[in-house]
Amino acid sequence: MIRKMTLTLAAAAAAFALPAMAQDPAHRPGEEAVDPYIVAEANAGVAPFEGTEMLEAFHGREGSDRIVDGMLDRSVADARIAEIFVATDMVRLRRTLKEQFCYILNGGCAYTGRSMQDAHDDIGLQPADMGALVEHLQDAMDAEGVPFRTQNRFLAKLAPMRRDVVTR
Amino acid sequence: MLASAIAGVAQAQSLIPDSRTGGKLLLTGGVSTIEGSGGGGLSTWATITGYGEEDGIGGNAHVTLVDLPDYQFRTAGVAVGLWDRVELSAARQAFDTGDTGALLGLGQGFTFTQDVIGVKIRLTGDAVYDQDTWVPQIAIGLQHKTNDQGAIIAAVGGQDDQGTDFYIAASKLFLAESVLVSGAVRWTNANQTGLLGFGGDANDDHEAQFEGSVGWLLSRNLVVGAEYRTKPDNLSFAAEDDWFDIYAAWALNKHLSVTAAWADLGSIATFDDQRGLYLSLQAGF
Ligand code: HEM
Repeated sequence: MIRKMTLTLAAAAAAFALPAMAQDPAHRPGEEAVDPYIVAEANAGVAPFEGTEMLEAFHGREGSDRIVDGMLDRSVADARIAEIFVATDMVRLRRTLKEQFCYILNGGCAYTGRSMQDAHDDIGLQPADMGALVEHLQDAMDAEGVPFRTQNRFLAKLAPMRRDVVTR
Repeated sequence: MLASAIAGVAQAQSLIPDSRTGGKLLLTGGVSTIEGSGGGGLSTWATITGYGEEDGIGGNAHVTLVDLPDYQFRTAGVAVGLWDRVELSAARQAFDTGDTGALLGLGQGFTFTQDVIGVKIRLTGDAVYDQDTWVPQIAIGLQHKTNDQGAIIAAVGGQDDQGTDFYIAASKLFLAESVLVSGAVRWTNANQTGLLGFGGDANDDHEAQFEGSVGWLLSRNLVVGAEYRTKPDNLSFAAEDDWFDIYAAWALNKHLSVTAAWADLGSIATFDDQRGLYLSLQAGF
C-alpha cells in the first residue's frame, strides 16, 4: 500500500519534471512507437513471487537484467528464430522484458509493457519458437549460476504464457 | 483482384506454421517403454514420443535389454510422433528363456517373440506448459500384441496368442517442484504383458490394471525416478507379480538418450525373484 503510493507520487513527480512524451509507455525516448495501450500490472501475465528468495537466487535486479540480455543475445544469434527479431525494436524489448522479469521476481519494478497477447499477436510465433526461446533462457540462467530447481520455479510462471504468445 | 487473391492466399499460408523438428525441450518427449510406446520404461505416459511439437514430427528407434537371473528380455522398436497429437509405434520383444528353457521343458534357448503395434492419441492438456492448472496431459491408446508361440501358450493354459490392451494415461510435469508424475489405467488380459499369451485358465477377461511413475528432474538432461505396474494373474500354473523399477534417464542431446534401471519383475513362469539391470538406448529426433 505504502509502496504503491510512493510509486504513484514518484510517477507524478516525474511527470512534472519531464515532457509528457517521455512518459508515454508506448513511445519512450530512443524507442520506436507502438500502438497505444493501457498500462497495467496484469499485462505482465502472471502474479509475482512472494518474498526475496527468488530475486536473490537471480542475483538481484542486475542478475535478472543480465539473464534477459543473455537470453536475447542468444536468440538473435540462433538461426532458428533470429529472423523473428530482425524488425524488432530491441531497445524496447530489452527494457520491457527486464521490467517483466524484475516484476515477476518481486524485485520492486513496475511492468509498463503490453500484455503478452498484445505484444505477440502479430508475429505469428509457433510452438518450436517458444521451445527455442526457453532453451536460451535456460542457458542464460545457467550462465548466471541460477540453480536448476530455481530456474524451473521461474519457468513455471512463464510457461502458461505460451497460450498467448504462440498463435499458429 | 488477382493480386489481392494472391495476397489472401499468402496470408492464409502464413497462419500455418512451418514444419519444424525438435520443438520440445530436452527429455520432455519421454523415452521408450518395453512395449514401444513413449513413456518411462515399464509405464506408458500421455506424452507423444519424440521432439516434435504441434508444428513438427518426431521419431526414434530404441533397443532395450533386461538381464534377469533366469531369463533375458530384449526389445527393439521404432516410433513416430505426429504434431504432438498422434503416436504410432512398433516393437518386437524377445523373451529368451536361455538355460531355463531346458528346465521348463521348452528346450535350451527357447524364445517367445512378440510384436506390438501401438497407437496413442493425445486428447487434451500439455504436460509441460500448462503450469497454471493441475489438469494433466491426457491420452488414450491401444497396443495390439501378437505372440509367435501359440502352441506353448495353449499348453500352459493361455487362451490366445494375440490380444489388445487399451489404456488411458495422464501425465503432468510439476515444473515448480521439478517433479514429473504419470499414471495410466490399462485394460488387459495379457500374461506377463503378453509374453505368455492372453487370458488363462484362471481368468480370461480384460481387467483394469494400473501403471504409474514419478520422476525428479535433476538437471535438463537427467531425471531419476521409480515406476510401478500392476498385472493380471490369469494362469494357474504360475503366479504373476507386479513390476517395479527405479530408473535414471539421461539425454546426451535431443538425438541420443540412455535409460538405466534396476527392475524387479517378480516371479515369471514359476521362477521367482527376477530382478536385474534394465538398459535402454534411444536414438531419434
Ligand atoms: C513466455 C514467453 C515470453 C515472454 C514472457 C515474452 C515477453 C515479451 C515482452 C515483455 C515483450 C514486449 C512487450 C512490449 O513491447 O510492450 C515481448 C515482445 C516480443 N516478443 Fe516476446 N515473450 C515471450 C515469448 C516470445 C517468443 C517465443 C518469441 C520469439 C521467439 C518472442 C518474440 C518477441 C518479439 C519479436 C517481440 C516484439 C514485438 C513487437 O515489437 O511488436 N517472444 N515479449
